[in-house]
Amino acid sequence: MSRTAENYRGYNFAYLDEQTKRMIRRAILKAIAIPGYQVPFASREMPMPYGWGTGGVQVTAAILGPTDVLKVIDQGADDTTNAVSIRQFFEKTAGVETTTETEKATVIQTRHRIPEAKLQAHQVLVYQVPIPEPLRFLEPRETETRTLHALAEYGLMHVRLYEDIAQHGHIAKTYAYPVLVADRYVMDPSPIPKFDNPKMHESAALQLFGAGREKRIYAIPPHTKVVSLDFEDHPFEATKFDQPCALCGATDSYLDEVITDDRGGRMFVCSDTHHCETRRAEGHVGTLGTPVTEAAE
Amino acid sequence: MTNLSASPLLVAEGLSKFYGLRIGCRNVSFALEPGEVLAIVGESGSGKTTLLNLLSGQLAPDAGAVRYRMRDGETKNLLDLTEAERRFLARTDWGFVHQDARNGLRMGVSAGGNIGERLMGVGDRHYGRIRETAQGWLSRVEIDISRIDDKPTQFSGGMRQRLQIARNLVTHPRLVFMDEPTGGLDVSVQARLLDLIRGLVADLGLAVVLVTHDLSVARLLSHRILVMKDGHVIEAGLTDRVLDDPQEAYTQLLVSSVLAA
Amino acid sequence: MNPVLQVSGLAKAFHLHLHGGKHLPVVEGVDFIVLPGECVVLGGPSGAGKSSILKAIYGNYLANSGAIILDDGEKRVDVVTASPGAIIALRRHMMGYVSQFLRVIPRVPALEIVAEAARAAGFPPDEARERAGRLLAHLNLPERLWNLPPATFSGGEQQRVNIARGFAGNHRFLILDEPTASLDAKNREAVIALIAERKAQGTAFLGIFHDQDVRERVADRILDVTRFSPMREIAA
Repeated sequence: MSRTAENYRGYNFAYLDEQTKRMIRRAILKAIAIPGYQVPFASREMPMPYGWGTGGVQVTAAILGPTDVLKVIDQGADDTTNAVSIRQFFEKTAGVETTTETEKATVIQTRHRIPEAKLQAHQVLVYQVPIPEPLRFLEPRETETRTLHALAEYGLMHVRLYEDIAQHGHIAKTYAYPVLVADRYVMDPSPIPKFDNPKMHESAALQLFGAGREKRIYAIPPHTKVVSLDFEDHPFEATKFDQPCALCGATDSYLDEVITDDRGGRMFVCSDTHHCETRRAEGHVGTLGTPVTEAAE
Repeated sequence: MTNLSASPLLVAEGLSKFYGLRIGCRNVSFALEPGEVLAIVGESGSGKTTLLNLLSGQLAPDAGAVRYRMRDGETKNLLDLTEAERRFLARTDWGFVHQDARNGLRMGVSAGGNIGERLMGVGDRHYGRIRETAQGWLSRVEIDISRIDDKPTQFSGGMRQRLQIARNLVTHPRLVFMDEPTGGLDVSVQARLLDLIRGLVADLGLAVVLVTHDLSVARLLSHRILVMKDGHVIEAGLTDRVLDDPQEAYTQLLVSSVLAA
Repeated sequence: MNPVLQVSGLAKAFHLHLHGGKHLPVVEGVDFIVLPGECVVLGGPSGAGKSSILKAIYGNYLANSGAIILDDGEKRVDVVTASPGAIIALRRHMMGYVSQFLRVIPRVPALEIVAEAARAAGFPPDEARERAGRLLAHLNLPERLWNLPPATFSGGEQQRVNIARGFAGNHRFLILDEPTASLDAKNREAVIALIAERKAQGTAFLGIFHDQDVRERVADRILDVTRFSPMREIAA
C-alpha cells in the first residue's frame, strides 16, 4: 500500500475509482446471492483491449485489498504476456504483493484454467470471460435467452449436446462445457477445459466471473453444487490423458502440447506451471525432465 | 378418435383486438371441441392471423377471454397463466405449424435435434431414447430416417413442413395451430402434405385451428369454418355447408372466386 | 315403428347476393317420413329440387325453415337447428351420403378410402380393411386396383369406390344421390343387391335414381317433389 501512496500518486488504489468499485461490488454481491445468474454491470473502459481480461481485471480491482496477495495465470501459466501484464498492472496501481504460488495467493485471476492445487476458503478465483451466455449460439436473441434463463427452459442446451453426439458419437465439447449451478441456472464456466469442471463443484473458494465486453458478472459461492450437463447414456467425463507430464511425471494434471522442434517433435507438460515446478522441486521427474537440482547448477 | 360430445377444449369469448383505430378482430366467440378441426378463412388482412395469435396467447386481447381445458381437466383463462405456464403449455400440449418453416424450425440444428428439442425441454435426458423417438417420427412424416442428422437447410420445402409437424407432435399435443401450412408449396407437394396432416389429425385425435386463405385446404382438413372479413366473423358453420351453400354475400364471393374448391 | 327421418314444413331457397340479390326458392312445405328398412325415392323432373332436399337433410345445405328430425336410435336431432358438431356426429354414426361423383384427395389408394370411412364409423382398423375389401369385391372392382389411387380410374370404377365408401359404415340411414348413373348393367345389379341386403337389415334409404328400372326395383315409395314447388323466380 505504501508503495502506491509513495510511488504512484495519481492512481486511485487498484485503478478504478471508489464509486465504480462500489457499483461492481454490488453486482458481485447480487451474483453471489443468485448463483450462476448473469448480473449486468456498467463495465468500464480499461487500459487494455477487450479480450485481454477487462472483465476479470474489473472484478479483481473491486475486491482487492491492500493485504491481498495476487496471482494471475493465463492458460495455467504465470509467465505469459497477459498474466505478466495484469500482475504488473496491479503491482503498479495497487501496490499489492503478487505471487506465482497458488497456496499463497488470496486472489487468483485466471484465463482459461483452474489451478491444480485445491483452492481454500480464504481464496477467490476470478475468471476472465469472453462470452457469458451459454445459449448464445443456439438462440442469438438476448431478450429470448434471458427469458429462457428466467423460466429455466434449458432444453436447448441439451439440443447442443445432442448435436455433438449425433455428429461425433460423443459430446465433443472440451472447453466452456456448460454447467448447472445450484440446480437452477445454466452457466458457461468461461473457456476452461472440461477437465477443470469438477473442481468448480463444492469448491471452498469463492468463484467470480467477469465479462468486460459483455458487461456481465456471475458467481459460484463457496460449497455450491455445480453439475456438468450430460445424458444418462452419455455421462459427462473429464478429459483424461494417456501419458504423464513429460517434465514432472504428474498423471492427474491438465497437459499442454509443446512443439519442441520443426521435425514433429513434441511433448506434453502440465499447463499449470506452478504445479509442475512444485512437483519437480519435490523431486518428481518426467521422461523428458531433468532433476531440479541439476538444472539449477 | 374424435370425440365431439366432450366439453370444449378451447373457448373464445368475445375476443377483440384493436391496432389504434384499426380493428384486428372484433367480438369473436366460438368453442373448439377435442379432435375438431376449425378453419379460419378470409383474405389477407381479414384478421385471421390476429385471431390465431390471440387464441394461442401470443397476443393479449383488448376484450374477451380464451379459456383452455388443461390436461388435468381444469379450464383456465389463458390470460391468468404465468409466462412460464403458458410457454410450458405451448411446447407440450400445443403445436405450431408456421407457413415459413424457418419460423418453426431451428435451421442450424439437425432434423433429430429439432424433433428432440421438446423432449429434452420436458426433461428427457436419454440420448438413445430421444434418437429412437426422433426416428419414429421421421418415418411417420415420411422422411427417410437416414436424413436424421441433416439440417433443415438441406431439406425441400415439403420436407421442412413435415419436419415441423414431427417436431410439434413429439410431445403428443392436443391442439395444433396451423398458419397456412401448405402455403408456397408446389401443388403436388401440397396434396401429399395435406394427406399426411389429415391422417395424423384423425389418428391422434388432434384439435386444430387452421388459418388459410385456400378454401380447398379448408375443405379437405376442417370440420368447421369461420369466415372472416375486416376483423369480424361474418359466417360460420359446417365446412361443406359454408362452401356449398354460402349465405353471406362475401362468402358467396369467396367461394365463387375459386376454381372448383 | 318410429321413422328414421321425419321432414316437416321444409323450405329451401337460394339468395344470390352476387346476382342482384335474386331470391330463388327451390322447395316449400316438404313433408314426408322414411321408416327403418324402407327405401323412399324422390321423383320429378330435373331442377325440381330433389338434390336440394337430400343436401338439406345431410346438413350440406342450410334449410330456410321447417324441421328435419333424424332418429339415431337413442335421441332425435333436428338437422336444421343442430350444431355443426352434432351434424358431424350424425354423419359419423347414423347418416351416410353417396354422391354422384367421387371426390377425394389425390394419392390415397381405393381400399384405404373405403377403409377410412369404416374406421370413421367406429370399425377397428383390421375389420375396417376387411369390410372395405368385401365391398369392393362385391362391386366388382378388380383387386389389382385396390391399392391404387382412383384418380386414374374410369368413371364407373370411381363411382364404385364411392359407393363402397358410402356403404362402409353401418349407418341406419343412407342418402343416395344417383349412385348408379355411371354404372353398367352388371354393376347396377350389384348395387341393387347391396341396397336390398341393407334394407333387410333395417337400413333406411332416401334416394334419387334417374334409371327407371333401378328406381322401380329399389323403391318402396316414390315421392313426386313437384308438389313442393314454390312460385319460381321472385325478384327480391
